[in-house]
Amino acid sequence: MSGYLLRAVSVLGEDKVDVLIDGGIISEVSKKPLAPTGVRTIDCDGLVALPGLVDLHTHLREPGREDSETVESGSAAAALGGFVAIHAMANTNPVADTAGVVEQVYRLGREAGWCDVRPVGAVTVGLHGTQLAELAAMAHSAARVRVFSDDGKCVADPILMRRALEYVKAFDGVIAQHAQEPRLTEDAQMNEGFVSSQLGLRGWPAVAEESIISRDVLLAEHVGSRLHVCHVSTAGSVEIVRWAKSRGVMVTAEVTPHHLLLTDELARSYDPRYKVNPPLRRDEDVQALRQGLADGTIDAVATDHAPHPVEDKECEWSSAAFGMIGLQSALSVVQTTMVETGLMTWAEVSDRMSTRPARIGSLRDHGRPIAVGEPAHVVLLDPRGKSAFTLEANASKSRNSPFLGMELHGHVEATFLRGRATVLDGKLVG
Amino acid sequence: MKRHLLSASDLNVDDAILILDTAEELAKLVDGPVKKLPTLRGRTVVNLFYEDSTRTRISFEAAAKRLSADVINFTAKGSSVSKGESLKDTALTLQAMGADAVIVRHSASGAAHQLAASGWIAGSVINAGDGTHEHPSQALLDAFTMRRHLRGSKGDLAGVRVTIVGDVLHSRVARSNVLLLATLGAEVTLVAPPTLMPFGVEQWPCEISYDLDRVLPRTEALMMLRVQGERMNNAFFPSMREYSRGYGLDDKRASALSPEAIVMHPGPMNRGLEISAGAADGLRSVIVEQVANGVSVRMAILYLLLGGAFVEEVSL
Repeated sequence: MSGYLLRAVSVLGEDKVDVLIDGGIISEVSKKPLAPTGVRTIDCDGLVALPGLVDLHTHLREPGREDSETVESGSAAAALGGFVAIHAMANTNPVADTAGVVEQVYRLGREAGWCDVRPVGAVTVGLHGTQLAELAAMAHSAARVRVFSDDGKCVADPILMRRALEYVKAFDGVIAQHAQEPRLTEDAQMNEGFVSSQLGLRGWPAVAEESIISRDVLLAEHVGSRLHVCHVSTAGSVEIVRWAKSRGVMVTAEVTPHHLLLTDELARSYDPRYKVNPPLRRDEDVQALRQGLADGTIDAVATDHAPHPVEDKECEWSSAAFGMIGLQSALSVVQTTMVETGLMTWAEVSDRMSTRPARIGSLRDHGRPIAVGEPAHVVLLDPRGKSAFTLEANASKSRNSPFLGMELHGHVEATFLRGRATVLDGKLVG
Repeated sequence: MKRHLLSASDLNVDDAILILDTAEELAKLVDGPVKKLPTLRGRTVVNLFYEDSTRTRISFEAAAKRLSADVINFTAKGSSVSKGESLKDTALTLQAMGADAVIVRHSASGAAHQLAASGWIAGSVINAGDGTHEHPSQALLDAFTMRRHLRGSKGDLAGVRVTIVGDVLHSRVARSNVLLLATLGAEVTLVAPPTLMPFGVEQWPCEISYDLDRVLPRTEALMMLRVQGERMNNAFFPSMREYSRGYGLDDKRASALSPEAIVMHPGPMNRGLEISAGAADGLRSVIVEQVANGVSVRMAILYLLLGGAFVEEVSL
């Protein structure tokens, strides 16, 4: 018994249909009740089905910091969050800047089997920002890398950024930029504004992000390359991306769930769970990011899932590590901030969390509609009710979530990867 | 009053006046034949200093001892902190030793706040300066000094025109003073080159000026902040001489003050940079008095936070 009948499921939040998953693909979609034999039936009354989610921005910490996350634990958290494909960032130790390291991460992902783990290759050797890494070797490796990023660090050198943008055209790659002007953000701790002035924490000004994005969209236009902007966090960044797209620049952008919900006011607690890079911004920025995501200026929601061990967060703010975990809470945050507010439909959620991120990552097998003949990557979510993310439910090896104890809408019921259930009844299928 | 003193914003106007009035009472007692009060006998006060600050530490130590508390000095140097013990582990150690109050000085903004909020320590936490955030006991002793000279040691500071000059951006003294003085009704003007004003300062409850000479004649209390010469390496100002010319209190500027005005400095001073020797030692200077007042004010803080029944009685 390998197949599943999703009975009376609301695909993209629309009219109820029966969906038959068999042989790794979606074999039937019918408005009339189906009665197949030899498959398990899941009563989906009240549940919404979306194409399996794709995350463009995940830190899995392996190799090097297996105490905070492994490919196995991180991809399990991803499956619980409704993800079927995740992009593992390159800032591991050793850095994923060679074919050997990306193939290792790729292999670990396959062995774990919770979702497709797509390694991101570093743009520069060791993330040092001085010499291009062997991008073609990573692209042509078994891991078939298409997204390259020094995330955690900005490719600040303009000539290096230009060359990287040009070079990856040969294999349809994309440079995902962590936009942070380094000199403007030395020892920066939080958003520069009224709150930072009161808290005496060194400011991370919006202009440090916006100036790099401005430069990069102009570079991408000049050389005719694809640019992806990681975790845009300011209203100004949204404006710049909107302007660039209106000129036909091949730029895409992502926003994190936490930047759609949380503001710099939370830093008043000096609780390092709220320390993240780029930092939490003002409410005006949050509203602009929501608008940008709703109107499509921002293409994707990406988690920037960044696990850290307890000791790196249970310390003084200025000594604490930047980052938050977010795979398991992402869809609930998006429902809470975008769907419940009427800003987006489930079809648009599917576009921003599956279709477009898959396209940006050149994942042909993902981001496909729930239609006959398509690969059976499906997430079932229950949009009813609110609940808090808890440590009991947490599958990550780290617990640095800003959403612990925060009531959010909806939860993931089941995730299917190529027709195989990785999650059922909200629990991993081991 | 709250259990901790972390920020000047923890105090409402009644709390602040209560501390100042209590400090006056305690100063009178200690100036009399009995130098020491038995109030905090058997209580343990820990000075937890992660940053060198001899003057603040001995001020709190003297205050605690005059109230008969047992004082433990825990400094980063010569302790396990320098070997990398976490704030949490140190706090748990102090808790195990039964600290009734922890006075903390730390280079990280928010460290005192974290100690108080973490649940690691059961006693009161008093912020003795955290990074570039706050230094509330300094603001209280400054307010105490202003009130003595300008308001006859009574009530609030309504309408007192205070000018704070210098490196506001990096100054915890300025942050606490702006908050407390606003609570007490004073009219504060900050003066600094724009590079040393925090981004967002226009939302603070005070006025901003880049022109010291224009502000001086109407100033009643002039507070000069310490400016570190190294700041010019980060392009905050071109040279020490240019800073001094624009924002230093030299003898000529001191003479532009009204005769009743007072000159203050939280110390330690850079004589010749932000303040001339003549101004620092002149008739208007109350800088040495600030140090003495610091002990009285810190006695009042400890007395009110740890005073048992008395706190219950007056708590608001």
